[in-house]
Amino acid sequence: MRPSKQMNFSRRSFIKTSALASGGMLIGFNLFNACKSDVKMPVDLSKLNYNDFNAFIKISEEGKVTIFAPNPEIGQGVKTSMPMLIAEELDVPWEDVYVQQAPLDTENYTRQIAGGSQSIRLAWTPLRQTGATAKQMLVNAAAAKWGVDASECSASQGVITHKDGNTLGYGDVVKEAATMEVPEDVTLKDPKDFTIIGQNTSNVDIDAIVTGKPLFGLDYKEEGMVYASVLRPPAFGQVLESYDDSAARALPGVIDVITIGEKMRKVLDAGKANWSTVIGTSDKVVVIANSTWQAFKGKNAIKATWKNDAKLESTKDQDDQLLAILDGNDLDVRRSDGDVNKAFAEADQVLERTYEAPFLPHNTMEPMNFFANVTPEKVHLVGPVQTPEAAAEVVSALLDRDLSDIHLDMTRMGGGFGRRLYGDFVFEAAEISAAIKKPVKMVSSREDDMTTGVYRPASKYRIAASIKDGKITGYRLKEACVNGNMYGLIPNFFPAAAIENFQVESAHFNSSVTTGAWRAPYTNFLASAEQTFFDELAETLGIDRVQMHMDLLENAKNNPNPNIEYSPERLQGVLKLAVEKSNWGKAEDGVYQGLSVYYCHNSHVAEVADIRMEDGVPKVEKVTVAVDCGIVVNPLGAQNQIKGGVIDGIGHTMYSDFGFKDGVPSSNNFNTYNLIRMGQTPHVDVHFVENNIDPTGLGEPTLPPAGAAVANAIYKATGKRLYKQPYMNHLKLEKVVG
Amino acid sequence: MPKFNLKINNKNHTVEAAMDTPLLWVLRDQIGLVGTKYGCGIGQCGACTIHVDGNAMRSCLLQVSQAEGMNITTIEGLSEDGSHPVQQAWKDIDVPQCGYCQSGQIMTASAFLERNPNPTKTEIRNAMNGNICRCASYNSIEKAVEVASKKSS
Repeated sequence: MRPSKQMNFSRRSFIKTSALASGGMLIGFNLFNACKSDVKMPVDLSKLNYNDFNAFIKISEEGKVTIFAPNPEIGQGVKTSMPMLIAEELDVPWEDVYVQQAPLDTENYTRQIAGGSQSIRLAWTPLRQTGATAKQMLVNAAAAKWGVDASECSASQGVITHKDGNTLGYGDVVKEAATMEVPEDVTLKDPKDFTIIGQNTSNVDIDAIVTGKPLFGLDYKEEGMVYASVLRPPAFGQVLESYDDSAARALPGVIDVITIGEKMRKVLDAGKANWSTVIGTSDKVVVIANSTWQAFKGKNAIKATWKNDAKLESTKDQDDQLLAILDGNDLDVRRSDGDVNKAFAEADQVLERTYEAPFLPHNTMEPMNFFANVTPEKVHLVGPVQTPEAAAEVVSALLDRDLSDIHLDMTRMGGGFGRRLYGDFVFEAAEISAAIKKPVKMVSSREDDMTTGVYRPASKYRIAASIKDGKITGYRLKEACVNGNMYGLIPNFFPAAAIENFQVESAHFNSSVTTGAWRAPYTNFLASAEQTFFDELAETLGIDRVQMHMDLLENAKNNPNPNIEYSPERLQGVLKLAVEKSNWGKAEDGVYQGLSVYYCHNSHVAEVADIRMEDGVPKVEKVTVAVDCGIVVNPLGAQNQIKGGVIDGIGHTMYSDFGFKDGVPSSNNFNTYNLIRMGQTPHVDVHFVENNIDPTGLGEPTLPPAGAAVANAIYKATGKRLYKQPYMNHLKLEKVVG
Repeated sequence: MPKFNLKINNKNHTVEAAMDTPLLWVLRDQIGLVGTKYGCGIGQCGACTIHVDGNAMRSCLLQVSQAEGMNITTIEGLSEDGSHPVQQAWKDIDVPQCGYCQSGQIMTASAFLERNPNPTKTEIRNAMNGNICRCASYNSIEKAVEVASKKSS
């Protein structure tokens, strides 16, 4: 998902709470000492009485702190790392902090989105300001209580100290502080004074996860809730014609069978959808039952007929259309420096290659689901969605309800990877609940999830370089994709400004297959194409792969008006670090190495893959990763994202294949679709570039370079260049004899 | 609908369900033990792994009618308070990213270590190969199983 607007620090997030109306029973004795970090009170943080202080922070009289995590948690770790930013500047011991997931609240929070690896980058200053402002208000309240000047007081680890030695706990002054003026400018800590940021901090939900507590949307339950299973068209391009639900209605536990879709079509026709609406227009048959299993069985018992509303596409048709785009000349020019036509006309030699990748399902481990309870009083929505605000907007149009009637609580999410950017499952749940006037949870089976969802679009790249007198004089990239093209920033990625005559063009064809962002959209395949092309280009020029890249980055550095997104210096930095830490070029015999270096989502990454051949099959043993994401907020969480991105990237580029036959997806479960498993997993060795630059995200940037690192290593081992993913399907190995 | 008597985490439950209902859905929708997760329903991903008489089994493939008389343990029953060595190791290494597959990973690992307390790296990798983690926390899983094996031996 493309990075979006800066998260502005909303002053409204400082609720001016009047003195606690409820008064709250003061604990009998003064517990202000309780908030000193060395006092280990067996306190169940979640049960304490907290005073509202601002939208992010509540403090109990005992000084224990609740911090609200504003953004959806899809496994990228922001439910832990964003509260760390607040706690650091609030200056409280982390073990005194209880983190709670914030609901959708556009009054107090901005950009409650999980996407684009932007949460930490955008929240870095605003959330630290939130913590620092709260601390200053507490100090001001203590100073007022003591009748001294605030400058004589300091606050640290939850305790305010006056120069004469008096101390007060944050909990003792929170009620007064909450009613005070919000100070304008607050100073933030110098990174060298950080006590929480930069520390290994484990996942705030880890205790609940390892003991199986209810956390995810699929676990959510409410009194009187029924279950719904939705029958959607089996092929993209088809719509419902008729159905017979008699067999379904006869099954145990089936309460009702309805259809939905009309309300959604009205929203689409009225142009009330928004950027995160990706949904088919067919009517859908919905079986309502007393349990998930009964709902699934009921749905499978529906006999429906479908009619073609658009051409039913097969992979062959889609491939032909994409190749036709590349062969044609009416692509949109996205960036053009110098004169590529001249460079190619005068070239001694041209290297041109075409790279191809399939559609991919997201396959979050938790299939799509959502809870809705539509009543005259309010519309209560609960579940896993990466764009709660956008979803609530569409539901208000769908049900013709005021936006303020929509209350959306976010659960922890069993993976997102971009699939949950699109709220189709929220709209279905809302439309069902409105129809049956009951609280309902819509549940997708794995088969539903893989065959009626939103996919990473298939794409093909044709990359060409012109060579004259042994120099790279021109670079031309053509992108052919489905339903859309690379977002605006990508043409300004490397090698823009590094090659004098440079051009990027793109075009797409529209398919009835619903497509959308998939972890590191567009770059998740473009990086493989580009970084395998440069590997082959270096070989063609007969020059060292690393030196060529360093020189190209040097060109970008010296370019007077580069207009680029990446930093050439920081790409050179990660390249050097990866080369050094991977023992590049000096691997043991039998080990073949491949290199890839890439910028996306504001972070700079280089990867070296080590492979060995085992019975003629390449086995990825190790990947050395060098990452420059500025300050690392939570090293433990950062390592998890980095390793996860690399292995996810390797899995999908090497093993995952997906296509369509007359609109019907080629696979509907894990028996016919390969996700990477432990046995195929390399060890990932992570190295950070140490600096004090403001932090950038890690949810996506290490995935794109992984494919090329492996492909370049496989070339060294087998002599075979790889142009089509998944690589293992297209790696023609001679029969291994003996 | 027929009734079945089940023994889960040393507690007896009587449930009413169609014979072919997978134990997974009885656990989740009727007994309210939602720690056991649904990922594929065809025994491919391991998210629904439980213990039956100490052996790891996929509860999506076990029909409720077959489960009668079995001594069933779910993630919620693996220990009182998350203190099982495997749960401890998962915390020490901070294994989970989204966390959805992890109860199945832990149930597979704990049954495996019960039978093979001092496994080699290869044995660990083979034992855990049946559990898919979409976030690819595999390096952490492998390390945590190793740490757990040292904790209990």
